[in-house]
Amino acid sequence: MSEALFFSITIFVLATFIGVEVISKVPPLLHTPLMSGSNAISGITLVGSLIAAGEGHGGLSVVLGMIAVIFATINVVGGFLVTDRMLKMFKKDSSKKP
Amino acid sequence: MNPLSAFAYLLSSVLFILGLKMLSSARTARKGNGFAALGMLIAIVVTLTDQKIIDFSYILAGLIVGTAIGLVLAIKVQMTAMPQMVGVLNGFGGGASALVAFAEYLRLSGDVSLTVWKGGEVGLDVLITIVLSILIGTVTIVGSMIAAAKLHGVMRSAPILYPMQKQSNAALLAVILGLGVFFVLDPSLWYVLLIIVLLAAVLGVTSVIPIGGADMPVVISLMNSYSGLAGATTGFILSNDVLIISGTLVGTSGIILTNIMCKAMNRSIWNVLFAGVGVEYDPSVQATEQRTVVNYTPEDAAYMLGNAQSVIIVPGYGLAVAQAQHVLQELAQLLTQKGAMVRYAIHPVAGRMPGHMNVLLAEANVPYDLLLEMDQINDDFQNTDVALVIGANDVVNPAARYKKDSPLYGMPILNADQARTVMVLKRSLNPGFAGEDNELFYDKKTMMVFGDAKATLTKLVQLVKQ
Repeated sequence: MSEALFFSITIFVLATFIGVEVISKVPPLLHTPLMSGSNAISGITLVGSLIAAGEGHGGLSVVLGMIAVIFATINVVGGFLVTDRMLKMFKKDSSKKP
Repeated sequence: MNPLSAFAYLLSSVLFILGLKMLSSARTARKGNGFAALGMLIAIVVTLTDQKIIDFSYILAGLIVGTAIGLVLAIKVQMTAMPQMVGVLNGFGGGASALVAFAEYLRLSGDVSLTVWKGGEVGLDVLITIVLSILIGTVTIVGSMIAAAKLHGVMRSAPILYPMQKQSNAALLAVILGLGVFFVLDPSLWYVLLIIVLLAAVLGVTSVIPIGGADMPVVISLMNSYSGLAGATTGFILSNDVLIISGTLVGTSGIILTNIMCKAMNRSIWNVLFAGVGVEYDPSVQATEQRTVVNYTPEDAAYMLGNAQSVIIVPGYGLAVAQAQHVLQELAQLLTQKGAMVRYAIHPVAGRMPGHMNVLLAEANVPYDLLLEMDQINDDFQNTDVALVIGANDVVNPAARYKKDSPLYGMPILNADQARTVMVLKRSLNPGFAGEDNELFYDKKTMMVFGDAKATLTKLVQLVKQ
């Protein structure tokens, strides 16, 4: 096993623990924004898409890269915006005293 | 990668984690989403400036087209259509991961015409993750689109079943994995990779069509997890930490939500994925049962509500279908002004995806501190004058507590039946998704008010005002 792979696996395992810790604290009230918001974060694959589309090797690889950029950008832009739209609507009862 | 961009990627990861952490409270959630978006922006800018990018034309075109489509989707979508929206977005994320994996394979092969393998020694780990990323990504995009089509009513939501379904899906997966091994042993066989794409697409279809519309929330959550995993595997291919971290975060998030939904629906994940249950109820069977319910008028209901000191509203998806959330909130405010304590009890599966009902009610200006989870409010029903059940059914069916042969048995329910009076606004006596008759409707203290939820609530508002 290469050193790089072992390092990647280490990060993967540690991130799983962080994920469980952080996500289990999100209340059911916000589960829909959690899904759309985390979904937008998974659009991070855009980083890989950008590299694939811009490497200048020409041919199929670049075309696939460009389609990947389109897909991932829809994911990122749509995801963050729609999450913001939802979260904007959540308001506390103003008639109650604090 | 130079140290500065490595640091910037780390900053992105921190912002993602922080953003998700801030989702733990409605007060900080919006800012948290902004933090995550900022993290994404940093990652994009760093990638564009640091990596060996020499041609920006395709990138720019892709970014413009993607942003335009994303903008339109995010602005236009109705809150009721949120499950489809998340499904579609999941699909695009998964698809992008698969495409990147394929493009990386082409780069490694060193020859875009694909006829000769000019790539040198490529690590086994890279080849394995390429296959996995393509497999997961393709299943995610195709499966998500099918799920979205079912939710949107473009496709029939009833389960599509055929003999040997489980076995054929398992066989298909085995064939794909077998081909994967074949490819890893000889990576010059590019067409094997193409066959894997095709078969993965077929698997995406055949694994989602047997699942009924009522179970779609679970599928959407699961696809959410897959899209994260696809991103993480792509991170393995590119040895990119920020991809691995964020992909893994989303992967765990999806799994946790899938688990929560399954528990609330009283089903195991295997049961949801392979059993093909949901909306299979036959109306003729139910019609034979001769039990009578007491039918009340809106006038009776308004009198009852007008005198209540405490009211708990139990909303179901039927409320959103009737577009009655706004009128309901008007009624709730009226009752509050009259001195009653009005709260909402939200069952985890109310709506079409995790947390969906909260969003629908927030849109109708219901303050979020009045939206209570099952565990928070279940003990309060016994001290409550009226439990107002609107467009909900299975989640208040007492059969879940004791009727061992019922599909609902063991499912956690809201204790609406413990309130002094139960008021049910419903279109008809049809059973819920589980097909189980609800005895709560026949209880002596239950007032059934039949009709369209919106029309009935509008009437109630007028009557209570008088």
